[in-house]
Amino acid sequence: MTLEPAVWIGASVERLEDLPLLTGHGRFAGDLSFPHQLHMRVVRSAYAHGRLRDINVAAARALPGVIAVWTAIEVADLPPIDFREGPNAKLEPFRQPVLAKDHVRYVGEPVAAVFADDAYIAEDAAELVTVDVDELEPIIDASRPPGEFAPGLCTEPTVCRQGYGDIASAFKDAATIVELDLAVGRHSGVPLETRGAIGRYDAARDVLELHGAAKVPHRNRELLANMLGRSTAGIHLYEGHVGGGFGIRGEIYPEDILVLVATMRFGRPVKWLEDRREHMIAANHSRQQRHLVRAAVDAQGRLLGIDDEFFHDQGAYIRTHGTRVADMSCGILPGPYRLPHFRVHGHFRLTNKTPAATYRSPGRYETNFVRERLMDAIARKLGLSRIEVRRRNLISPDEMPYQRPLVALGDDVVFDSGDYEGLLAKALARCRWDQLEHDVQQRRSAGEYIGLGLAMYVEKSGLGPVDGTRVHVHTSGEVEVITGGASVGQGFETVIAQVCAETLGIHYRRVRVVHGRTDRIEYGIGAHAARATVMTANATAIAAHKVRAKALDMAAQLLQVDAARLIIVKGSVVRTDGARASISLGDLAHHLRPGSSTRGNRDPGLAADGWFTTAHMTYPYGVQIAVVTIDPGTGAVHIEKMLIAFDIGRAINPMLVRGQLVGGYAQGLGGALFEEFQYDDRGQPLSVTLADYLIPSAHDVPEIDVLLTEDAPSTCNPLGIKGGGEGGVAGVGAVIASAIDDALGGTGEITRIPIKPQILKAIIDGRRN
Amino acid sequence: MSERRAITLSINGKDHTVTVEPRRTLVDVIRDDCGQTGTHIGCEHGVCGACTILIDGEPVRSCLMFAVQAEGHSIRTVEGLQQGERLHPMQEAFMRHHALQCGFCTPGFLMLAVGVLEKRPDLDGQELVDIISSNLCRCTGYENIIKAVRAAAADMKARA
Repeated sequence: MTLEPAVWIGASVERLEDLPLLTGHGRFAGDLSFPHQLHMRVVRSAYAHGRLRDINVAAARALPGVIAVWTAIEVADLPPIDFREGPNAKLEPFRQPVLAKDHVRYVGEPVAAVFADDAYIAEDAAELVTVDVDELEPIIDASRPPGEFAPGLCTEPTVCRQGYGDIASAFKDAATIVELDLAVGRHSGVPLETRGAIGRYDAARDVLELHGAAKVPHRNRELLANMLGRSTAGIHLYEGHVGGGFGIRGEIYPEDILVLVATMRFGRPVKWLEDRREHMIAANHSRQQRHLVRAAVDAQGRLLGIDDEFFHDQGAYIRTHGTRVADMSCGILPGPYRLPHFRVHGHFRLTNKTPAATYRSPGRYETNFVRERLMDAIARKLGLSRIEVRRRNLISPDEMPYQRPLVALGDDVVFDSGDYEGLLAKALARCRWDQLEHDVQQRRSAGEYIGLGLAMYVEKSGLGPVDGTRVHVHTSGEVEVITGGASVGQGFETVIAQVCAETLGIHYRRVRVVHGRTDRIEYGIGAHAARATVMTANATAIAAHKVRAKALDMAAQLLQVDAARLIIVKGSVVRTDGARASISLGDLAHHLRPGSSTRGNRDPGLAADGWFTTAHMTYPYGVQIAVVTIDPGTGAVHIEKMLIAFDIGRAINPMLVRGQLVGGYAQGLGGALFEEFQYDDRGQPLSVTLADYLIPSAHDVPEIDVLLTEDAPSTCNPLGIKGGGEGGVAGVGAVIASAIDDALGGTGEITRIPIKPQILKAIIDGRRN
Repeated sequence: MSERRAITLSINGKDHTVTVEPRRTLVDVIRDDCGQTGTHIGCEHGVCGACTILIDGEPVRSCLMFAVQAEGHSIRTVEGLQQGERLHPMQEAFMRHHALQCGFCTPGFLMLAVGVLEKRPDLDGQELVDIISSNLCRCTGYENIIKAVRAAAADMKARA
């Protein structure tokens, strides 16, 4: 018998989540039904912008099986959907009503809700509702002059401004100025599971339940309690399985409010499932920005200043996030480079499109593209290599922690640790850059459209400020970790179990991780901003250490030995001197029951709470390198080689981190090459099915070489971990643009993503003619 | 509305007699009337493949069929893959190779791959990727799905 504790942190173990998901026993929102439930169907605006004249619901209401049809009148007592970060008087007038009142502002906006005994009948009835609208001119382009949202209210509610230094002097002193006009298309997470919500009012307990919750159940409970005028004690959220999060799932949308209010009024559970078309026009969009960016550079290619003016296309309303994506774009734009002077103005503008919010790596996917295009352009203008211009500007390890007078997600930007040049060197060596560059040049001179691209970026993760867990050992020896964290399919249960197992000296399969349930733990900030592992794992380690100490203390009494001479191995406390006496954690839990005579003065239960508080986010970083070819006949892009180098600080489960990076990469590739919510000039959405909005298939995603490093553990938390959820996606728009541009001869023609085949074919045809 | 009809569906070897409108899709009836919620609905227009099941051994999008059309045919869903305590080699391989994250698309991929490999055990290379590309996954980037299907193909042959 070994006295070494099992090492679970750093082990690529299989996931605890997999068995039910592989055997058809998952519990996604649609899988849940309650007796006597009603089905809701939402009637949506077919117009992008208009005055609502009349809604005729008579025919729908007359259909057998229909219980009620609601319009804005029935929900007149409800406030618009609030911001999660608290009141904001300036932005308040732009919040979305639960059902449209006087105006419709995007195609897909809820205008009525039908409740029926059967989902098919609800859909039939919804088609009988007629909506009379006086059409108004829609605003489609956020970079055109703003218009009027309502009398006295401009469609530019605010301008996000950040910066430091003296930008005018930077440009006055510049040896060279580089200026670009860049755009990122409208993308979103598009999870395979559409949204779903089931409201259930339990009058026996006076508890209102929302099933189908995700991402931030506890914070959403507060928001819903405020909106509905209930105590948080009387409302609970339940997260089941979540079929992909990506930022957009688990926000509070009109449909969540409707099912909750309806279940209270009808006294029956109310189930709503979104169909795919609805998802494409109703769930949050993201990304769309246009940047007019200028860089002032000295003769050696060192950045003196960046001046960026961008236009953020928020869509029709300001949703739960407020202006966070635009704010973060400002705070994170400079990336891994030293930048003496900086100014950014983000025009936060409303248009007549589906409202926007976060999508995996919000504000970074966009600005990494912008900044890295700028670095390539500087290299080109000065005749430097793309590597060299970056090396001259990288923040060095001895400058860490590196504080920038900028703010992201309400947090001062302080890079905690990082060796950017070190990772660049490793990435270049890994892909044999020099050889690659040589081969690419040779093939290009032989007539091939082939290019090599590079992007560097700093990610952010581990958004605080605090998270707590309770670790509870049952008398069976099984351990529950009750968390305020959430699972969106990323492997949360497994990594938290690994951390608990390592600390307690048990097998990770003996750990159950409870998450996403407001009735099991009072507080939680959930899973977003690549925070879940960082925050919850550290809280779990703290709680598990306390449980361990309590177990050893109890065992010391029972085994008549000093606690310092005890250790936990495979779920039992044993003596370090190898003497045979031992006692299992389950037995110790038995001794610590409230009524136990051996418990002494100890608090009942082999359990403890752990809280982890952090002052700042933690910043992982990456390098991505791609080789692409373009088929001149079709404009199709083929990715021949792909490297993601990423420093995670410390990986709890490297297999899962790789999974996050590769999966994120595929989403980023969609945004770089295919995905775009397009609109016609009347504001009609043109991408409403998965046949129009093209997400990558197995054909499109190349084999990816992942170089996962742990060179710069976080200094913000005891475990040294950084988040991996967004590191794969963050740099893809940038690296693919760089590679395609190189394939076209490095002319700087690639200024917009997605880079669709027709764009490339037009460029290539234009040169031939 | 149209007349309801009593039909019997054979799902994983078990008969389910249900009374349904002829317009009800097969996937809705499998999930809501027969209670087998392992088959998922991702798009309802035949693109994503989350609802893939086997009908008489052929992978089929169950969102594009009416339940009444499936009477008299043998339906297999993800719930039928496991034999007692023993997982199907495809399920084991998905676990081993981390070929699922959120797990929503997974039943469709499992049924697609099992259906194809039962008929063509030697399928590999680009043709295999072609087959896998008929379903969509938003989490994994496919690399691990392809690895898992390749590994399972070998295991299925060994078990056969």
